[in-house]
Amino acid sequence: MSLGVVMLCHTALNRAAQVARHWAENGCPVVIHVDSRVPQTDLDAMKAGLADLPDVLFSPRVACEWGTFGLVQATILAATRMLEQFPDVSHVFLASGSCLPIRPVADLKAHLAAHPDTDFIESVTTADVGWTVGGLNKERFTLHFPFSWKKQRRLFDAYVRLQRRLRIQRRIPEGIVPHLGSQWWCLTRRSLEAILTHPDRPRHDRYFRRVWIPDESYFQTLVRRVSTRIESRSLTLAKFDFQGRPHVFYDDHLHLLRQSPAFVARKIWPQADLLYRTFLGEDDQNRPAPNPGKIDRLFAKAVERRTRGRQGLFMQSRFPTWGRGAKCSAGPYGVLAGFDELFTDFRPWLTRAAGARVHGHLFDPERVQFAGGETVFKGGLSDSATLRDYNPQSFLTNLIWNTRGETQCFQFGPGDVQDIVWFIAEDPQARVFIVSGAFAVPLWRSGMSVAEVRPLAARMQKIEADLIARLESPWTKAQVRRWTLAEFLENPAEPLQQLLDDLNPRSSHRVTDLPQLVPLRGFGDFVQDLRNQGMLPVLIGDIDASLDTAPETLPTARLRVVR
Amino acid sequence: MPDRPQSGAKGLWHAYRLRMRRRWLLGRALHRRRQLVAVADRTDRIAPGDILGFMCVRNEDARLPFMLDHHRNLGVRHFLIIDNASTDGTADLLAARPDVSLWRTEGSYKSARFGMDWVNWLLMRYGHGHWCLTLDADELLVYPHWQTRCLAALTDWLDRQGQVALGALTIDLYPAGRVSEGTYAPGDDPLGILRWFDSGNYQVQVQPRMGNLWIQGGARARVFFASQPRRAPTLNKIPLVRWHWRYAYVNSTHALLPPRLNRVYATDGGMLTSGALLHTKFLPGIIERAAEEKVRAEHFADGAQYASYYDRLTADPVLRCAASTRLTGWRQLEALGLISRGGWV
Repeated sequence: MSLGVVMLCHTALNRAAQVARHWAENGCPVVIHVDSRVPQTDLDAMKAGLADLPDVLFSPRVACEWGTFGLVQATILAATRMLEQFPDVSHVFLASGSCLPIRPVADLKAHLAAHPDTDFIESVTTADVGWTVGGLNKERFTLHFPFSWKKQRRLFDAYVRLQRRLRIQRRIPEGIVPHLGSQWWCLTRRSLEAILTHPDRPRHDRYFRRVWIPDESYFQTLVRRVSTRIESRSLTLAKFDFQGRPHVFYDDHLHLLRQSPAFVARKIWPQADLLYRTFLGEDDQNRPAPNPGKIDRLFAKAVERRTRGRQGLFMQSRFPTWGRGAKCSAGPYGVLAGFDELFTDFRPWLTRAAGARVHGHLFDPERVQFAGGETVFKGGLSDSATLRDYNPQSFLTNLIWNTRGETQCFQFGPGDVQDIVWFIAEDPQARVFIVSGAFAVPLWRSGMSVAEVRPLAARMQKIEADLIARLESPWTKAQVRRWTLAEFLENPAEPLQQLLDDLNPRSSHRVTDLPQLVPLRGFGDFVQDLRNQGMLPVLIGDIDASLDTAPETLPTARLRVVR
Repeated sequence: MPDRPQSGAKGLWHAYRLRMRRRWLLGRALHRRRQLVAVADRTDRIAPGDILGFMCVRNEDARLPFMLDHHRNLGVRHFLIIDNASTDGTADLLAARPDVSLWRTEGSYKSARFGMDWVNWLLMRYGHGHWCLTLDADELLVYPHWQTRCLAALTDWLDRQGQVALGALTIDLYPAGRVSEGTYAPGDDPLGILRWFDSGNYQVQVQPRMGNLWIQGGARARVFFASQPRRAPTLNKIPLVRWHWRYAYVNSTHALLPPRLNRVYATDGGMLTSGALLHTKFLPGIIERAAEEKVRAEHFADGAQYASYYDRLTADPVLRCAASTRLTGWRQLEALGLISRGGWV
């Protein structure tokens, strides 16, 4: 009983030779197929280098273009040679020139000795295959593929479309149930011989010659006709990117590969000296426990990073278009309009109650009001209004990105630069809270006469109305909550509770203290004066004179503690 | 987006104009090759598939030893360098290196489109079919896994992804104190002095004409250009390209023609592989250099606009602030979102 290795090589022949020597010196005969497109001189050099090993043979050469029958042809030629020349061989392992055994050969032999009649080959019915890229799985068997996918992509695609439209279908020969799987397998002599000497073999070959990527389906399909026991998994570790191309392993994957339960890995970077030195060298003593989950996670994460990116990050190799995350920041943040005007200590209160970073007016026309009055904020964000207004969207997304893990809140109002509103409105991460008309309170408190205030108030009302219109447009993705000033003052505790729930949904708010409302005695008269001056303060709502008798502190007892 | 013609007659016209512009750039490159005099032409040592480095330098004998070693270790097999009228030891240093081919020119840097005409010529003549790395002397390329994987591994990955170019963000590094402080000897690692950078103040937009990104920000925008941010230096570059003689760099290595080469970013929400150029501009000696550059006025099309920039630089500023980040390595840069592995594991 012994193990034979068939190697398909086309590049990095020196590495392939090194691996072939390793197999042979560990008692495994090797038959090497070298792509016929490799120059004869290179092949001669390889042969010369392996001349001292009687158990390393070379098979006749054919051209192996990816996706064509050449690869199957090469496998058949080499496997036939193996079975003929080495009658002791009981299992044949198919590997490529860039495969590297990552566990001792003795382990593999022991594994096969324990399963003498088992064929290790991934073989999945086409209906269940999830990994094929480009949507071709069943159609690999039923369409014609006369054009090269690599060199004649347009013709290839066009011809596939044409056949779909005309409903042209090849007939699948009787007895064949299409299966797909990894190209790299390990079959028993019995199964392999049965496939190669099958009475229908000419018919099989004729059919598979026109199947697309037959190296992933020829043996995978035919083994189902002949085998008595199939273990549908490959003994070779191979990982693929989201386009279905194999990943390459480098020196820095050493630790990872040592945790793999597979016996062989592909593909190995030819200059990965450390990998070749380690795995072809002395027996690896302190091997960590196998952890295939870790390997899978790492590669799944890479696919996700490549296809989904990191939400809210806009950088040199990620700049999504509209609908793909162009208007989305990294995490939830609060936009507060009108609160700061109504309370004397709103910011410290919110910082305490919501556990958030509470900025002032970030979009103030004069200067960015970072929390704590900082001049340079996290990540190097400057408080220069010019720099911010040059690209407000970058400013905001940077701010949210730089503070991942901490909720940001900032004040916003009609006195601020409004360019950012479009972004905020479409950003699903934005939590906007508006007390409309609250801008009138500081105006009233400024001590200016009503006649002076009226045009200012009218302009601010216009800006705030535009803001609200944008935030309530059909494209809005932000979560918007709005109260008129009159509604808010009726029962301020409830909106405040709402605010905390939205900004910090996970904590159970045991709010005992509430912010201090500014004294509003006389504000009702002021609003009436505005009306008398000819302004219609719609955003303030119906403030009645009863406000003048309202308490100046919040009715704490009325605050419902939710949860 | 203002105008991004993509289809119809307008799109064809736009494409035609870019094509004409590319030809004009190539024509200039051809024309200005006469300004170059070969000092040491070792280009016969270039083998097929070699990764090549291109550079235009002036008085850089302090930075070059480390810079060349860094990129040689990454796997650049041959450097093709234009010496623009250096007066220090640059020429001798370069001519003595066996993997450097050197040309000299006394021509005006500015009128050669900041050296790009000369570089475009060398790229056209020697770069065809190679992966070409075009850098300034004060830039060090780093990319994901750069300590363990050579440039050939990176370009092999890009080839397999169908990516013909790699984007890289210029990251301005600065010292802890005043920019003139410390001493730097040729061959030293500049990162020994320049340890700090700005991690999250980069402004990104797309330039619709050629589809390239326009990234500004970093320490220079924060300190020198806060009141005129449009003029802040462009930080996105495309230094590594699998070259074809018909390609041309448009301004510095920020943008290329044909425009498809500028698509070094994913627009579907995903991320492509990208790297960073560690910018070692703020080494000791910068002040003298800034004073000299201000007089030479060879570096900006509209030099007068940048006079205050040079003045403030000459005043020996401290660039580091409380929000600065200390550089620890590429994994840090990736975690901060400045570079990305993309799908490269």
